[in-house]
Amino acid sequence: MAVVFERPHALCDVPMHYCPGCTHGIIHRLVAEVIDEMQIEGDTIGVCPVGCSVMAYDYFNCDMIEAPHGRAPAVATGVKRSKPDSFVFTYQGDGDLAAIGTAEIVHAAARGENITVIFVNNTTYGMTGGQMAPTTLPGQVTQTSPYGRDPEREGYPIRVCEMLATMSGTALAQRVAVDTVPHIKEAKKAIRKAFENQRDKKGFSIVEVLSTCPTNWGLDPVKALERLRNDMIPYYPLGVYREGKGDGVK
Amino acid sequence: MEKVLMKGNEAIAEAAVRAGCKCYFGYPITPQSEISAYLSKKMPLVGGTFLQAESEIAAINMVLGAASTGTRAMTSSSSPGISLKSEGISYIAASDLPCVIINVQRGGPGLGGIQPSQSDYWQATKGLGHGDFHVLVYAPASVQEMADLVIRAFDKAEEYRMPAMILADGLLGQMMEPVVFPEIRENSHDKSWAADGHKNKREHNIINSLFLQPDVLENSVKARYERYKTVEEKETVAESYLCEDADIVVCAFGASARIAKSAVAKAREKGIKAGLFRPVTLYPFPERELREASKSAKKLLSVEMSMGQMTDDLRLAINCEKPVEFFGRTGGIIPTPAEVLKKLEEMGGEW
Repeated sequence: MAVVFERPHALCDVPMHYCPGCTHGIIHRLVAEVIDEMQIEGDTIGVCPVGCSVMAYDYFNCDMIEAPHGRAPAVATGVKRSKPDSFVFTYQGDGDLAAIGTAEIVHAAARGENITVIFVNNTTYGMTGGQMAPTTLPGQVTQTSPYGRDPEREGYPIRVCEMLATMSGTALAQRVAVDTVPHIKEAKKAIRKAFENQRDKKGFSIVEVLSTCPTNWGLDPVKALERLRNDMIPYYPLGVYREGKGDGVK
Repeated sequence: MEKVLMKGNEAIAEAAVRAGCKCYFGYPITPQSEISAYLSKKMPLVGGTFLQAESEIAAINMVLGAASTGTRAMTSSSSPGISLKSEGISYIAASDLPCVIINVQRGGPGLGGIQPSQSDYWQATKGLGHGDFHVLVYAPASVQEMADLVIRAFDKAEEYRMPAMILADGLLGQMMEPVVFPEIRENSHDKSWAADGHKNKREHNIINSLFLQPDVLENSVKARYERYKTVEEKETVAESYLCEDADIVVCAFGASARIAKSAVAKAREKGIKAGLFRPVTLYPFPERELREASKSAKKLLSVEMSMGQMTDDLRLAINCEKPVEFFGRTGGIIPTPAEVLKKLEEMGGEW
């Protein structure tokens, strides 16, 4: 019998700890498929900082490094500068990248660091139990915004792609989603582009993936996808925010 | 071998290059800026990486990344900056990664001052981050030793797969002395653990410090402590001067040891039988060497540029069998040989 669908080689054959309905699994698969298709597993080093995906070192078959909270772009910088011919990606959540790791991500982009950043935005801190994140939407109820995020009190969500698109070192800033098949296909294309940019030494690439957290949102997986579509995409529009060779190429 | 006149900070930088350091990540802070300045010139010429990071935190995490690939990497800073690096140092130690960290100490706490100090002794030897771990700590007392110990630090860090720190101070960093750079024999240590791309030739390597199962975590910490036991047995270094018949053994490291040595020589002229014990490694602390050096001593005197952070380690090393007194200045003030001599005269003849 012909095999028409199988696990990418770059994904380990192990059970994942992610909650049912969480879209991390899809995003992991997309990254792994791109690594397989580009045949770069042996030259790829992944960096996963603190958050739900911190244990991704057990899921990807390439060499993997666990990073402190928010510091993955700095760790990836050290990896890339010491091994310039390798493919280096970070896989970061929104609390990690847009709160505690703001300095690291902004400066990696400013330097045009030749790395790929997979930024998973689910508008909450998943691993610690669903606290308010820098990307939590106005009105969104979380463990630490029990009355709903009020911009008067808690400020406004950060639109990361829009922010990093202003930086000369950014070669790609694109926001995608994984709520529908067409969106998933688009997401894979963006991730592929982000890895190809490394190969072509174009500079810093970030793909922001709008993702779900059914557990902490208190929604079933289907309703979670509907929320992504109806609430998140209007606030975080999909699309390419910057594309082209960064000014600060290594 | 050519003798060159150099600043201590520059000697550190040159020694790092010669020791095979391929990546340096730093952030500006006084009084260690010459290290960054030197390496920003030198690294591009030798095919290495110099990168000024956006913060001390980013710099130590860049070291983590470079060290993960098996590359010799270094960062340098001064006291307040080292505090910022402590998170990363803990992760590096927990991930069993080698690297070299330079602390050219200045007065503290807080922003403190920019004059020389030794008040990070506790931080370096007892609390360089959260969790159960040690880093190798070397305390140079001359520009020559700045160079020699940097070379040793890179080697030992790789041998034991743990971070190594050079605990210097602003005096040593800023002063100029002749230095001879030794021929480097780069020892080849196993790097099969490195996350440098598996090239489809081996299983994937994982660099991590997370163990959610308490028994697995405990075992990983215990395995590290087995290595520390070897370090404590084999890696202590100390210098003794006129200790054989000494009534008072003065204990001092780094710049303080130079001052104490002058005071000991003057004390001898005055008939006070003083000697000097100088720990070169602060972790592991040279306990056996101190017990040996203080055999004839009635008293010990710790001389430090702090409020006496080393004194407890002296007491522990000699099982509190002899009184340990303290003389020091802090806040960036360097004790004078005359002050130390006065203290020795006060101590003399009390037994």
